[in-house]
Amino acid sequence: MEGVGVTIAFWVLAALTLIAAGGVMVSRNLLHAVLFLIVTFIGIAGFFVLLSAAFLAMAQIIIYVGAIAVLILFAILLTPRAGRGNSETKFALPATLLAISLAAVFLFVIHDTDWEVVQEDPSLAANQLGEALVGTWVVPFEIASVLLTAALVGAIMLVRTPEEEAEDALA
Amino acid sequence: MSVDIEHFLTVGALLFAVGLMVALSKRNAIGVLMGVELMLNAVNLTLISFSRFSVSERPITGHTFVVFVLTVAAAEAAVALALAVSVYRNRDTIDVDQINLLKS
Repeated sequence: MEGVGVTIAFWVLAALTLIAAGGVMVSRNLLHAVLFLIVTFIGIAGFFVLLSAAFLAMAQIIIYVGAIAVLILFAILLTPRAGRGNSETKFALPATLLAISLAAVFLFVIHDTDWEVVQEDPSLAANQLGEALVGTWVVPFEIASVLLTAALVGAIMLVRTPEEEAEDALA
Repeated sequence: MSVDIEHFLTVGALLFAVGLMVALSKRNAIGVLMGVELMLNAVNLTLISFSRFSVSERPITGHTFVVFVLTVAAAEAAVALALAVSVYRNRDTIDVDQINLLKS
């Protein structure tokens, strides 16, 4: 991908995304962590636009920023005594070492491989995605709908209070 | 100056490593979930990069996979956060070091 604009956009987005991800790591207060997480999601959406996946960038904003981040915020506000002063577990050092070594392996593979790439944009439109979803991938698509229904019912069942369960038992 | 597939894959790999670090080292169950979401996002970025750059008959397959990852991430977040709220009601904590009822 040539062009000054693309290059600037890439480096700005990379810095934004990775710094925000680091912010999630270092924040002791979960509310700050979720705000950094939202910045990371928006940065990823920017990358999707840069990679000409405009529909998925929109879906990323709607689902991650609009749904999952708000869900996490709700969960943090519903667990008020647990949101602050979260120090790391005793696994912090091994986890850091594992992450660094994993990143080293990934970076070695990425930079050592001679990627066979196309330079011109394959120009994938949303209608092609729709045709693929209900054509080739129709069975996983239907299974995903079943999964969403199961998750919906499961989430409702899990957060019921004992009083509500007692009411349902009487009814 | 040009941006190639290596650049995007590097960002994806670093984001995955940060997500792994968050998921393994946070004490709070919701923090662990945030790490998982970061890792899923890194995977999505990698899939889209391959879909854009790789020589393939049907590059749209990468986009399709991302749609499924988004779906599963939403379902997983809903159930995991419901579990966290439920555990908090019973135990008054969601510290993953304290939730050890099954430990002998």
